[in-house]
Amino acid sequence: MNENTKEVSCRDDVEDRRSFHARLSMILSAVIGALIVLPGLSFVLAPIFKQTKQKWRSVGKVDDFKKGSTVLVSFEDPSPEPWAGVTAKTAAWLRCVNDTEFIAFSINCRHLGCPVRWIDTAGLFMCPCHGGVYYSDGTVAGGPPPEPLDRYQVRVRNGQVEIHTAAVPLTTTPLNADS
Amino acid sequence: MKQPLQKTWNWIDSRIGYTDYVLPLLTHTVPRDARWWYVFGSATLTAFIVQVFSGICLAMSYVPGGDEAYESLKFITEQAPFGAFLRAMHSYGASAMVALVVIHLTQVYLHATYKYPREMNWMTGVVLFFVVLAMAFTGQLLRWDANGVWSVYVATEMAARTPIIGPTLSHFLLGGETVGGSTLSRFFVYHVFILPGIIFAGVGLHLSLLFRHGISEMPDVDRPVDPATYKEQYEARLEKTGVPFWPSAMWRDVVFSTLVVGVIVACSLIFGPPALDAPPDPANIHANPMPDWYFWWYFAVLSLLPPSYEFWFILGVPVVGFLAMFCLPLFSNTGHRAPSKRPWAVGIVIASLAGFVVLSIYGYREPWSPDFDVPELPSSVVGVDHGPVFDGAKLAHSKGCLYCHTIGGYGGHRGPDLSNIGNQLTRDDLIIRINNGGYNMPAFASSVNSDQLSDIVDFLMTRVEDKEPTNEGG
Repeated sequence: MNENTKEVSCRDDVEDRRSFHARLSMILSAVIGALIVLPGLSFVLAPIFKQTKQKWRSVGKVDDFKKGSTVLVSFEDPSPEPWAGVTAKTAAWLRCVNDTEFIAFSINCRHLGCPVRWIDTAGLFMCPCHGGVYYSDGTVAGGPPPEPLDRYQVRVRNGQVEIHTAAVPLTTTPLNADS
Repeated sequence: MKQPLQKTWNWIDSRIGYTDYVLPLLTHTVPRDARWWYVFGSATLTAFIVQVFSGICLAMSYVPGGDEAYESLKFITEQAPFGAFLRAMHSYGASAMVALVVIHLTQVYLHATYKYPREMNWMTGVVLFFVVLAMAFTGQLLRWDANGVWSVYVATEMAARTPIIGPTLSHFLLGGETVGGSTLSRFFVYHVFILPGIIFAGVGLHLSLLFRHGISEMPDVDRPVDPATYKEQYEARLEKTGVPFWPSAMWRDVVFSTLVVGVIVACSLIFGPPALDAPPDPANIHANPMPDWYFWWYFAVLSLLPPSYEFWFILGVPVVGFLAMFCLPLFSNTGHRAPSKRPWAVGIVIASLAGFVVLSIYGYREPWSPDFDVPELPSSVVGVDHGPVFDGAKLAHSKGCLYCHTIGGYGGHRGPDLSNIGNQLTRDDLIIRINNGGYNMPAFASSVNSDQLSDIVDFLMTRVEDKEPTNEGG
């Protein structure tokens, strides 16, 4: 009788220990996993949360631009990685309205981001990808783009035309989109 | 001599367990009726091996950096011994892999092999299929020429359409707010580490499930799948008529895989690697971004859709498409497997194939894309060399009409052919249409003055073809 009780309690004891070991191993595995994954994940996700400080970039002297003309200008991103090379560049279609007023259109089509081309004689922006067309003021003239061309801020400082860098214009879907 | 060799092998075998574990898998019993139908899965795996090997070799010279990638690819293509050949092999290997995975999937779907007990075989296969497409897309992008850079923009803009998290997703893909140094290195990691890792794991699972449930028999109209009795009957039939996988069934896989590798090598030798586009300068607007052939159909879809459906297609095609395919065996895992009893399945395959072919041709021709390089109309088309009609013809070019409209065989295809417009619209119709525009046509009232308009209309009214005028105005 006495022996029996002892056996039972011993078995209970072993089972208790086993379940403790199982639980301990699972918890520790989760800890190991978190320690391995979290730093890497933070590293990879960091660009999403990084606030880029946009900069004014000079694209040429005011006198270089003919009144009424729309020309392609390119400028450097605000803080390019040292190895970015040519990919650090961005372009804009710059229109000289007069000596103090300039408009800078983003070259990215609002449909899916392809580079639009300004056709001077026709007074239209056209996109090679899916056939988007915009009027000279950037409003949609035809094709699939849902929004007008985006614009960069422009200013004239000390005889220089300067463009304020910005993120790639993204066409988003608002939650209440009736589509 | 033979004795010691045998002894050594026995020693190794007893330690690694080849005879105990590997041999039974290789020689497991399979149905004898499958024959040539079942060679596509193994051929996809062979194409993957081609990709892994050629990819590793290319990675020894490829530099995933904003500026250097293009230069390193030029080096591989133009200077490195066997570089052009390896690049070509990797490219044709990719095409082969995409094509074979689709053929394999289609065959499995037509024969309803995804039914009990092979539901998970299908589901892992669907995941692998989408990962292969992701590999194809990221691979095209690693070419990192103008096309590659603009492909990133397109991917980013598509991701941005996702409700709520769209911009976050886009910035994650770009590794910042614009295309820059981090963009390419991130896509390199997807293409070289993450996606291949998923493929290795997925193929392992896919194959272990294949061994677990056995290779399916050819569909038989008289034997619909009944989970209650299927396994028992399958085992019984195999015992009676089955053959060992190695070599009785596998030789066909090997023969077909040889053909696949032969075609990849032959194409690489004959056609060489895909040409590199202009350098990856995001400020170069003279790019004409275009996906590789497997996505031409989607390229066409994105161009042809009315904007209001876009959201559903940009996100719907990948997400709903994946879910529908992935969950298919959860909704239909019993009953007939024979195509003759499943007309819907046959219809879906034929419709998909037809849609793929038609849209791909459309995507290749991209008729919606303005013809930026259209020359002025030659005098043989215009017919006169001075006067308003002549001036109007010049204006049709300079004002951009010809970018979208064809006249006498010259010009784009976005809008209607105007070669016979003189018979189709009246002078007043033309003036209204040009001034106000129309569906997908810009209004030219502000960019064409009345004299120019008059010249253009004069010219257009002379555009009549010799045949009888039709009554179909407008």
